[in-house]
Amino acid sequence: MSGYFAKVFAILWKDILSELRTRETASAVLVFSILVIVIFNFAFEPDSDTIETVAPGILWVAFTFSGVLSLNRTFVLEKEKGCLEGLMLCPVSREVIYWGKMAASLAFMLIVEAIATPVFLILFDLPLFVPELVLVIVLATVGFVAVGTLLSALATNTRARDTLLPILFFPLVVPVIIAAVKASETVLSGGAWDEMSTWLQVMAAFDVVFLVVPSLVFEFVIEE
Amino acid sequence: MSIAADWMGKRAIVSDDYRGDTPYMIEAEGLVKSFGGRKVLRGIDLRVKEGECVAVIGPNGAGKTTLIKVLTTLSRPLAGNVRLVGMDIRKEAVAIRRKSGIVSHHTFLYDHLTAHENLKFYGKMYDVPDLDKRITEVIDAVGLRARLHDRVGTFSRGMQQRLSIARAILHDPPIMFLDEPETGLDQEALAMLSGLLKTLIAGKRTVLMTTHRFEWGSELADRIVILHSGKIVFDEPGRGMELSTLRESYRRLTGAGS
Repeated sequence: MSGYFAKVFAILWKDILSELRTRETASAVLVFSILVIVIFNFAFEPDSDTIETVAPGILWVAFTFSGVLSLNRTFVLEKEKGCLEGLMLCPVSREVIYWGKMAASLAFMLIVEAIATPVFLILFDLPLFVPELVLVIVLATVGFVAVGTLLSALATNTRARDTLLPILFFPLVVPVIIAAVKASETVLSGGAWDEMSTWLQVMAAFDVVFLVVPSLVFEFVIEE
Repeated sequence: MSIAADWMGKRAIVSDDYRGDTPYMIEAEGLVKSFGGRKVLRGIDLRVKEGECVAVIGPNGAGKTTLIKVLTTLSRPLAGNVRLVGMDIRKEAVAIRRKSGIVSHHTFLYDHLTAHENLKFYGKMYDVPDLDKRITEVIDAVGLRARLHDRVGTFSRGMQQRLSIARAILHDPPIMFLDEPETGLDQEALAMLSGLLKTLIAGKRTVLMTTHRFEWGSELADRIVILHSGKIVFDEPGRGMELSTLRESYRRLTGAGS
């Protein structure tokens, strides 16, 4: 089993090294998400009454759209020089490849969110220290990255991968995004744990399902 | 470039690796593969013995790359039986991958990583023991020690292909697949690759290569197979065959120029 995780980590580390060298994915995604937040900040007055209602939506619009940008890149690097085939020739089950790529995408998204969230909270004049929001962000991000990694692998073998991924991705992640928006709204308006526990459970259930299913079907998605 | 004398091939491999009850390292029976209803391989029967080098030649679209993809577990056969090192390709794909290496026209290397980082990554994926020592051995064998810590993206096509050979032999596989490794190489790089392939083939390793270079077939291979429209139409002893005879057979059987 340690060999299993060592290989997942090898894929994760390889992607992190590549990203550190190129800064192609995380930097572009970070700039995009901050731009979305800034544009919405201009559109809505920070002290208006509606801000508590729209702010969570703005946060998740920024994260979801930037997430698609990031997920679209997940297998692009692997397609260059046939590296995806190189990975598939390795003596590991296909789910190891899925977990490695998923872990890398998750790491990139969490880094982007760790930088973009304080920017969002400052611009919208919201409290800076909200640990519950961290939990909401992590739960939702795990869910949409799990789905997105699978769909990115599916789309990467098609010519229309740039358009195919969002078309497949958004309908599937609607439950987790709605739950994330509702839970964030409760957190940012100072609501109690009880109020958001249902949404947290929805996200946790979504995460469990979409962490198990892709690892089971990934080999059929990635093979010809 | 110096090539270490015993870097590949000179090893008693089969007694440890072989798990079947026939003398063949590669066995395909009635292999059929189709894409979208179009049959690309139409009942391939091919057997390759331990230590044998078989060159598969054929026009574009004959099914050479598809054959390699099926044999290397990248693609599932529609019908037929395929066994490598005595193991069924459908049931023991992961174990088969450990026993085979592939050099393709794709290098499977990451441009933004150094040669060392690429080899280290693949070494970990293949559980190569004593990895740093093995990396030194293979990198010396392909003459790239001086560029070990340079990014692969800065390498010429020929250097990348040499590194690709180092990657393919890193886990010391008993079977090597070479899928048109000459693609995109200039004359100098081709000469260097040819030398490397001779060393690779000289040992006990079983080699199946697809190529458009007829001279490699007649110089390096024990057997030459011509694949045409997904079928084997020619299977004769290779080394020593007159190039003109091979060209004539190829023209006659495929209707293509050479």
